[in-house]
Amino acid sequence: MRKILTVVLMASVLALGACSGKKVKPAPGASGQAIASTDAGAQTSGVASSGADLGTGGSGSGGVGALGPSGALGSQRVIYFDFDSSDIRPEFVDVVAAHGRFLAGNASIRVRLEGNTDERGSREYNIGLGERRAQTVKRALALQGVKESQIATVSYGEERPAAAGSDEPAYSKNRRVEIVYIN
Amino acid sequence: MRTLLVSATAASRLMFLALLVAAVPARADLKIDITKGVTDPIPIAVVAFARAPLVDGGLDVGAVVQRDLESSGRFRGMDRKDMLSLPVRGKDVQSADWRTARNDYILVGRLVSSSPAELVIEFELLNLLNGQTLLDQRLSVQPASLRYGAHRVADQVYEKITGTRGAFATRVAYVSVDGPPPKQRYQLLLADMDGENMRVIMESQQPIMSPTWSPDGQWIAYVSFENHASAIFVQRVRTGERRQVSARAGINGAPAFSPDSSKLALTLSGSTGNLDIYVLDLGSQGLTRLTEDPAIDTEPTWAPDGKTIYFTSDRAGGPQIYRVSAQGGEQPKRLTFGVPYAARARISPDGTQLALVARDGSGYHIAMQDLASGQLRFLTRGALDESPSFAPNGAQLIYAGRERGQGVLAMVSVDGQVTQRLKSDQGEVREPVWGPFSN
Repeated sequence: MRKILTVVLMASVLALGACSGKKVKPAPGASGQAIASTDAGAQTSGVASSGADLGTGGSGSGGVGALGPSGALGSQRVIYFDFDSSDIRPEFVDVVAAHGRFLAGNASIRVRLEGNTDERGSREYNIGLGERRAQTVKRALALQGVKESQIATVSYGEERPAAAGSDEPAYSKNRRVEIVYIN
Repeated sequence: MRTLLVSATAASRLMFLALLVAAVPARADLKIDITKGVTDPIPIAVVAFARAPLVDGGLDVGAVVQRDLESSGRFRGMDRKDMLSLPVRGKDVQSADWRTARNDYILVGRLVSSSPAELVIEFELLNLLNGQTLLDQRLSVQPASLRYGAHRVADQVYEKITGTRGAFATRVAYVSVDGPPPKQRYQLLLADMDGENMRVIMESQQPIMSPTWSPDGQWIAYVSFENHASAIFVQRVRTGERRQVSARAGINGAPAFSPDSSKLALTLSGSTGNLDIYVLDLGSQGLTRLTEDPAIDTEPTWAPDGKTIYFTSDRAGGPQIYRVSAQGGEQPKRLTFGVPYAARARISPDGTQLALVARDGSGYHIAMQDLASGQLRFLTRGALDESPSFAPNGAQLIYAGRERGQGVLAMVSVDGQVTQRLKSDQGEVREPVWGPFSN
């Protein structure tokens, strides 16, 4: 049994690239990168550390240099949400629109929309809620003429809070979508 | 409240490291508190076992057995310093003396070493009220696995007296998180059920979540965001070798092994962000779609017979638990109705009960629903309880909660009579998953 499963799993890695014909496609480039990291993990006896340089994504610090729209609206990279809601609040409509106009006019620039929730409720269900928020922002950007290929979404659910604490001030900072410019 | 401070001896840790090349030294030990035990615990005397110097690594087998039994909340062990004699064989037990000291049972034993590579634990369990010998066993173990052998002794004693198979010789996997947001460090850890032999099996600067055991105990599947997108990995517990099994566009989440360990139920969203339940055959790579609904469908779990999958869906508004055939092609049936929020179900080993997270006016608690009657009862009262996981004997659940701003692990017996807490010295601990029986 053990041996069979090992073979099966090795085959599954080889087959990953061949899955693209299926209904659900692998992310471009993602599988190759991950397999490389898998190999590294095996060499280091299974304790795989992901690169610290990847840790800067999001966090709303705007620490990604000059990329993105300028001005007060463009410098806002975090959209906050109400409890149990994926609707864009009125005060963020113009922020999203500013990013939409910038991206529509710069077709080579891409963003990653990172959806997040507060800590309440079950973790995988919160991954779903965070994705719903990211998809809402994605649709709003598309309305400005941003191409699908410019937008990636990821949901971290409650796994990457911006603020610690089990109270509403923390929760309100954690229910968010971060707009991260990635090239 | 009785406190059992669990701290690995250097010797036992060294043996463990020698055994497992993938091991990383543990950072903090787990502490087990019994927060509520049965009102009338069974009194038992566990006499120190005769040692096998040079081979036993200094391990006090009797102490491990006693601590296991006491940690269940159903036993009270006699204090060793009150013992007037130290028999290691049943025939040397003066029953009347031990009865006078208010014991119902006595466990005696000795380690016998036939070679440096082999140890035999011989033990006898006596009923002091009628003089009957309940157990007279020999258990052969490798010296490096002596602690595990001690847990198996505790399993047998527990089963003989309570009628329920013991689950001391099992392990738990869980996630810990260190550091203030937004820069946190995530670790996936493994420990024996008594908190010993803790080791890190995966770490990342990006979230790790949803660990789950294969029912054969060989593998742990989990979700890792190490590539800035969710992906599901399957890692061999013994060696640390791992494989990425799903990194499709969008969400790859909530992995759950089928009872025969050959398939994974999982959640995929594709690039459109619509979460549905799929089954991935780990052999053929074939993907079967089980649900197709614009709502969030996630958190699948298999019934023990492998024919049915339970999952969370908010197709009716708030999240509720549904059931669908593992073959697909069936309209899901809703199972929970009494609460506004029911999520992340796990099914009991006998297939009759669902443990889940349910919200009422005071927060998110662990609840059990009887599948035959549909009746739901709350087991815990914490405000943010989540991630219930059944012991393989079905007698207890381990789950995560928050206390004074910190993530803690806790256990509750399914009859609600015993509650325990497993607290890490530092960092958040969450998402505990109880491993299967190892034999």
